[in-house]
Amino acid sequence: MIFLVPLAILVLIALWLMGMYNRLVSLKNQTQNGWRQIDVQLKRRHDLIPNLVNTVKGVMEFEKGTLTAVMDARAKAMGAAGPADASQKEGELSQALGRLLAVAENYPQLKSNENVKMLQEELSATENKIGFARQFYNDIATKFNIARETFPTNLFANAFGFSAAELFQIQDAADRQVPTVDLTMSKS
Amino acid sequence: MNLLEQQAANRRRTWLVMALFVLVFVIIGFGVDAFIIGDLQSSMPIATIAALAIGGGRAWWSLRYGDRAVLGSASAEPIDDRLARATTDDERLRYRQLQNVVEEMAIAAGIPAPKLYVIPDSDPNAFATGPDPAHASIAVTDGLLSTLNREELQGVVAHEMGHIRNLDIRLMMVVAALVGAILLLADWSGRALRFGGRGSSRGRDRSNGGAGAAGLVLFAIWIVAIILAPMIGQLLALAVSRRREYQADATGAELTRNPMALADALEKIEDAVEPTPAIKRGTAHLCIADPLGKEAEDGEGAWARMWSTHPPMARRIAALKEMALMPQNPTIPTAGR
Repeated sequence: MIFLVPLAILVLIALWLMGMYNRLVSLKNQTQNGWRQIDVQLKRRHDLIPNLVNTVKGVMEFEKGTLTAVMDARAKAMGAAGPADASQKEGELSQALGRLLAVAENYPQLKSNENVKMLQEELSATENKIGFARQFYNDIATKFNIARETFPTNLFANAFGFSAAELFQIQDAADRQVPTVDLTMSKS
Repeated sequence: MNLLEQQAANRRRTWLVMALFVLVFVIIGFGVDAFIIGDLQSSMPIATIAALAIGGGRAWWSLRYGDRAVLGSASAEPIDDRLARATTDDERLRYRQLQNVVEEMAIAAGIPAPKLYVIPDSDPNAFATGPDPAHASIAVTDGLLSTLNREELQGVVAHEMGHIRNLDIRLMMVVAALVGAILLLADWSGRALRFGGRGSSRGRDRSNGGAGAAGLVLFAIWIVAIILAPMIGQLLALAVSRRREYQADATGAELTRNPMALADALEKIEDAVEPTPAIKRGTAHLCIADPLGKEAEDGEGAWARMWSTHPPMARRIAALKEMALMPQNPTIPTAGR
């Protein structure tokens, strides 16, 4: 009967290993899903931008430079090669959009136009969603990394093939700068 | 305490209160089996199991079908119906902002977007319901939509999303099941004692002679417990409810990374003093502000605070300000104390 004790201990260890493995699998999948959600929101933004530019083009005839910059940045972002490149191009698109929305504040006709207000809401909501998708990705990736690195799980995590998740971070130092806005009314 | 410390403290306190709850229930249940049925030494504590089964059954039913009942009783209208009926562009913009805010918070929380409803009441309030994060619903009042700006609305929606993600609705069902079971046991005991507890002499027969006095003392303690049980059960349930409110505030702040938005929203909601008649009693613990308008003011003392489903607004706002590392009003004790 005495062999039951080490047997029970082995069973408990096996159960614990199973639980730990399953938890890591769940967190890893949630992390991957979180990453893909960012792409979903980025694509939504690509789809929304042509609408916005068309709606404001008529009123903001002095801002051709700003409008073209947005469309160019969008094209570049859609054609990006690989995640690092995409991250940089999307950052540039965010900056171009930021400049456009800031400059649009100068046009009272735009402020009272309901279509524009709705579009601005959709655009700023999309920017928010991109931000929150990145925030969620970092949160879940951190949870995964913590689970991976905590003792005693860390003894087995690498053996089971769970490598650390990379957190989303700003690649281009220029993204950290607040976008500058040129409010002069020059025909550019 | 910062946000993460507050969340850890909230989780610990919830566990503590739940442990107390289970303890109270076990004492009463086994007491019933020992003194009334007199059958504790055989393997089945019948009364305890029966009470748990009935209480649990009712709770499961509420969890499964309760959200429809609650939304119906509040006359909640789906957001799409409201959008279809909207007459002005401003109205449409507001509803669209609400939809976007809910989607944003669902992304931040990593759960599917809950179904969205609007309640025709001019008092600002909101609640969340539903059996699990995949089948959840959020309802806000017209008053909330007209009082708060987009940022503050986001804070409130984040708070409700926090309730959903933290499985508070399920926790409160478990709590309700325990309270229900305790009430059942207290009721049965009351009846049985009045008509002569069949087991009390048998109970004493079964115990050894020397344990007779101890048995009597236990019996006396148990009688007191039976009398106090309904009240103790209620108080514990309310304590859990208050702790989950603090936790939902903290989760909301974590989702938005903007505690001040929710603090500002709570201040605006507090200023709108009237109760929310559209939201009936049963959902009080899931709302952001007490819909019965009975929330205790901070100065009212411990007794009044023990009987409310929500903590005093001043303390909630102070806790949020602490998360935002804003200077505190030194006379208001914060959530951690």
